[in-house]
Amino acid sequence: MKIKDTVHFQWYKTLFVAALLALCLFGSIRYTQADFGQLAGNISQVSVFLRKLANPDFGYLGRLIDPMIKTLKMSALGTVLGVLLAIPFAFLATTVVTDNPVVTHIFRFFLNIIRTIPNLLLAALLVAVIGIGEATGVITIAIFTFGVTSQLIFETIETIDMSPLESAMAVGANKLKIAVWAVWPQIAASVLSYAFYAFELNVRASTVLGYVGAGGIGVKLNEALGLFRYERVFMIILFIFAVVVIVDAVSEAIRRRLR
Amino acid sequence: MRATARIKRLGIALGVLALLVWCAWDIDWSSFRYFSWGSFRGTVMSLLRPDWSAFYTGSTEDIFSLMVMTIAIGFFGTSIGTILAIPFTILSARNLWKNPVVPRIGKFVLDVLRAFPELVYAIIFIKVVGPGPFAGVLAIGIHQVGMLGKLFTEEMERMDETAVEACQAVGANGVQTMFFARIPQLMPIYASLALNHFEIAVRSASTLGLVGAGGIGATLIFAIQAARWPRVSIILLTVIVTVFLLDLLTGWIRKRLR
Repeated sequence: MKIKDTVHFQWYKTLFVAALLALCLFGSIRYTQADFGQLAGNISQVSVFLRKLANPDFGYLGRLIDPMIKTLKMSALGTVLGVLLAIPFAFLATTVVTDNPVVTHIFRFFLNIIRTIPNLLLAALLVAVIGIGEATGVITIAIFTFGVTSQLIFETIETIDMSPLESAMAVGANKLKIAVWAVWPQIAASVLSYAFYAFELNVRASTVLGYVGAGGIGVKLNEALGLFRYERVFMIILFIFAVVVIVDAVSEAIRRRLR
Repeated sequence: MRATARIKRLGIALGVLALLVWCAWDIDWSSFRYFSWGSFRGTVMSLLRPDWSAFYTGSTEDIFSLMVMTIAIGFFGTSIGTILAIPFTILSARNLWKNPVVPRIGKFVLDVLRAFPELVYAIIFIKVVGPGPFAGVLAIGIHQVGMLGKLFTEEMERMDETAVEACQAVGANGVQTMFFARIPQLMPIYASLALNHFEIAVRSASTLGLVGAGGIGATLIFAIQAARWPRVSIILLTVIVTVFLLDLLTGWIRKRLR
């Protein structure tokens, strides 16, 4: 760092950035019709809500077990489908195997678009196209998993050790053989850990999927919210949180044993 | 040895397969019964013809102004989140407190804040400030406090303490080490994280409209329910292009911050 790079010599740059941020902030405050007076005036609503949260309805837990198992099944199935679909696409999105930058760019662009669609909008769209139900939930989870894991997998493929590829090429392996015998063994463990990561994300996202009627524990959450039963809402969120922690611990244990 | 390893691997594969079949068995696939390729193709074909005229009509309800609104919600929400995350970071960073209890409390509060999905916050704030973009701003803001607070704390705990020690050696107090050693080192990282979360916030702001918290989501859900596919496709296209451009822009700024 040169002395010219310090704050004292670049104050005009800092000032410019600060002014720009302030302008954006005031613009967004005006545009969103923010009214902190209203927030302060109705803060009692929050305290009502917090009081209900403070004593979750533990008796409701019994009726949550079945929807939770359904959510876990949907997530497991969707995750596996999504990851299986993501693997070939991830290979196509790197130049390592295809050796063709045009194909790589097309597939990367496609994967970027899939990843950009927020999963709630994706669920809403699929509900409209396919219809309401658990099957739609599985497909939504699969597409969402596909978006998340394909990027992680192709980033991993780019960092692999190239020497096995060269030796495979030297003995005359074709591209499919290189992918299966030189690349896959190097990334298999990472793919498995991404699958567990995606599974965890999907269990979390189940709250959202229920909102569009795609089955599982989210439907219960939606019901409780609609009836303003916040003590149940908190119970459901607590339960999801506990399940996520357990899923995390189990996947950690499995990954450690496989290593 | 190799034979037993192979049997073990086969066993695991069969077990996983059985688990998946059991999962698939129990799921209600009946929604596919009403599915027909003809109507699916019709939907996809009309999705491929976006209704460009709805993008800009000059009214405040056209897709362009709704998207600007969505970005504003994201920006304001992230601003609130970033500013409020800083006191929580100071509270929950392990290296700022001699007492181990305080950081644990701070981290617990952040965990609780993160446990609730944004949609739940949005529904709560709609009750407080009424339906509209401000409810979305507050929902995103509070959720971001939990997210950014956690990331900020991790960066604070991971930081290089040599500059702090140097400051302490020449007699600086806690506030002085904060301003002259910690902030200069952490500022670029925090700015980068905040920018990344701005993009995430815009993405979630586009969904919060589903419950009435402003932004483009409400229009999208109405269009989907009315099966107006050309309109759905222009809205989705706008969201995708905007998020894509924001991704490029924040990525460029973040690269320069490093």
